[in-house]
Amino acid sequence: MHPTQSSQFEHASLKNYLLDHAYDEMFTGLGDLHRHCEPLLEHFSALPSEELQRRKQAADLSFLNQGITFTVYGREEGTEKIFPYDLIPRIITASEWATVEHGLTQRITALNLFLKDIYNEGRILDDGIVPREVVYSCKHYRRQMMGLQVPRNVYIAVCGTDLIRLENGEFVVLEDNLRVPSGVSYMLTNRRVMKRIFPQLFRSYNVRPIEQYTQLLLGTLRSLAPEGRPEPNIVLLSPGVFNSAYFEHAYLARQMGIELVEGRDLVTHDNVVYMRTTIGLRRVDVIYRRVDDDFIDPLAFRGDSILGVAGLFNAYRAGNVTLANAFGTGVADDKALYAYVPEIIKYYLSEEPVLKNVETYLLTRPKERQHVLQNLDKLVVKAVGESGGYGMLIGPQSTKAQQEEFARKIEADPRNYIAQPTISFSRAPCLIGDELQPRHVDLRPYVLYGDKVTIVPGGLTRVALNQGSLVVNSSQGGGSKDTWVLSQ
Amino acid sequence: MLSRVADSLYWMSRYLERAEHTTRLLDVNLNLMLDESPISAERRWQRVLQALGKPKNVEWTGEPYALTQALTFDTENKASILSCIIAARENSRHVREQISTEQWHRLNSLYLQVTRPEIQSQTQSEALVQGMTQPSEFLQSVMEAVHQFQGVTDSTMNHGEGWQFIQVGRYIERACATALLLQAYHVDLWGHSERIVDGNEYLDWMGLLRSATAFEAYCKVYTADLTPDQIFEFLLLDEEFPHSIRFSIDSLQCALEKIQGDSGKARAETLRRLSGRLQSSLNYSSVDEILNQDVLGYLGNIQAQCRAIHETIYELYVDYSIQAALAG
Repeated sequence: MHPTQSSQFEHASLKNYLLDHAYDEMFTGLGDLHRHCEPLLEHFSALPSEELQRRKQAADLSFLNQGITFTVYGREEGTEKIFPYDLIPRIITASEWATVEHGLTQRITALNLFLKDIYNEGRILDDGIVPREVVYSCKHYRRQMMGLQVPRNVYIAVCGTDLIRLENGEFVVLEDNLRVPSGVSYMLTNRRVMKRIFPQLFRSYNVRPIEQYTQLLLGTLRSLAPEGRPEPNIVLLSPGVFNSAYFEHAYLARQMGIELVEGRDLVTHDNVVYMRTTIGLRRVDVIYRRVDDDFIDPLAFRGDSILGVAGLFNAYRAGNVTLANAFGTGVADDKALYAYVPEIIKYYLSEEPVLKNVETYLLTRPKERQHVLQNLDKLVVKAVGESGGYGMLIGPQSTKAQQEEFARKIEADPRNYIAQPTISFSRAPCLIGDELQPRHVDLRPYVLYGDKVTIVPGGLTRVALNQGSLVVNSSQGGGSKDTWVLSQ
Repeated sequence: MLSRVADSLYWMSRYLERAEHTTRLLDVNLNLMLDESPISAERRWQRVLQALGKPKNVEWTGEPYALTQALTFDTENKASILSCIIAARENSRHVREQISTEQWHRLNSLYLQVTRPEIQSQTQSEALVQGMTQPSEFLQSVMEAVHQFQGVTDSTMNHGEGWQFIQVGRYIERACATALLLQAYHVDLWGHSERIVDGNEYLDWMGLLRSATAFEAYCKVYTADLTPDQIFEFLLLDEEFPHSIRFSIDSLQCALEKIQGDSGKARAETLRRLSGRLQSSLNYSSVDEILNQDVLGYLGNIQAQCRAIHETIYELYVDYSIQAALAG
């Protein structure tokens, strides 16, 4: 990024704070800031640098001692890392949030209708709104789900949609995570640490609470229980302690008071799922699964999986157990399908999308592919089925060799990639050393869909902690900060 | 409770008990070593190894600090203090949502304390290898941390099934450790008391008692007159001392009964018989009878019974066959 307008602020801790064309979450221009950020900046400016460092260390230590860590794959040592935490909260006003909430509710409603449709009648395909081949060629499409009745027609019970802010401050959707979205435990623990480290500051703002998330999640899961199971036994299925999100699985299970199970704890018999307990087998009714489709049932899907439960899919098909999210939801977060979501919203709800998409090039279309191949140095290319920041090319920050590699990959399998313009999404001040510097941030609110749609105000703000970086994923060195939604 | 959870809690507890025991043996013997002639050193450290069940890959090479090093930090040795703490923490990590936050914090802090590289390099420094410094500060801090963990466990965790499995793990490990300790000392103290030639037998007996944290408790019961038979009786049969074998088995039996209460008595018949038999045999024995028989065999038999109890716990609660469970 080359700042188009750079300048120095008066305050010492802001001397390296450069504004550029990206939207800034705190400043509107030189020396001018969003009104709701005034008390925040005042508070931080008043703190001596040593005091700030002391609180930063207290926060880090608190994360380390609590073991709030994630696992980085592919490294031999130090695989457990704390998720870097930035002390400066990000603030979203009540009216901004109202728009986000409205847009996300609309989006999850439409995507659920879409999943029900494509796994049943397929009206949207018949009407040619979404091309059949886009759905059927998706690697997350599950033929086994055709014609299956899903409790309450809820395919996506938990969704984490990634939003970014454009230069004009407008929130747009970067991608949907409809399979096993993670990060919500960081949202909750960030808040808890923030309240402990900056109680006065927190009190001076009217921040809407988020603590109720786990209870809402439990309620959502309970509402999905199979018929005739009034007191359902709900469990959280985790791949186990080596999974990068294991901390979160344990955290959520404990907060909800449900069992955290692994595949080896479950058995199926006569299409009923049981868990193995010290007093024998106990029936399981609802599974909040944090294991991908591919690995969840070695009989139905990948035979080499040791994380799953043999026979789970049959029990599911028989209606004896509910899974959240359902099998096959990944088809709706395929990055090529993403391009059609605005059309999907219009088709099912007859409404205009409140939250826009980022412009997306589909590489199966020859004209768009041609354009992308000629502009690889300007665009972002993403593999459609990947997540966690893997399988990406960020044009302006890539080498010629990387661009050539992606060009080859795209030509070999155009369906597997999409391209988007490199968006300089919004930046928020972060404490780097002892000064504030702007870093790119996104926002992942968590949407629950059961009896109704519920979104706790806020979400996980992820930060690209490396200067200029546009990648916020924790597996790529990103961090996070507390996200405050104001009640007025 | 999930079988896997019971399994992890049980092992978390066993590993910590083992870490504490090894730590104390090292601390006690490093301390006593300073008062002793070099001639008895060899026998002392061989006895330590014996009392730890002769860990694999660890040999006495004539260098106490090197041995301490291996028993403390060598992760090749699965019984080293470090290995045990890592294993305990790993087990607790698998059941984080089952233990209290306070427990996790205490154990995680201990883990960070012993695995932080700078701690190791400080303690492993050349000064240590050359015998210039004592690692006792480190060993003390580990023992304190384990004691704190036990306190936090008792005061913050539901005393339900999970807590009972923690008790089972702790006391089965402790009973075996005390039996092994008595075996290791028996050869020298009761079998061939004439072998103690340098008049330092008092130190050896004191060392034995301290290895089981029993010195002060023993003195309260028998005064500071250390006699081998009374020591044996105290460590084997005392009803009120937490490290005696009898106390351990009583506590084990009590925890198993609570667990059986939850899971149904009929299922647990075999286990009840095994643990009940061991408990009664200890409750109705006299020290003279035992000392008149094959003592090593007797102690070995207690360990064998503990192993049988362990295996039965597994068959009953952890690794049972699905067919049997569905039929039942």
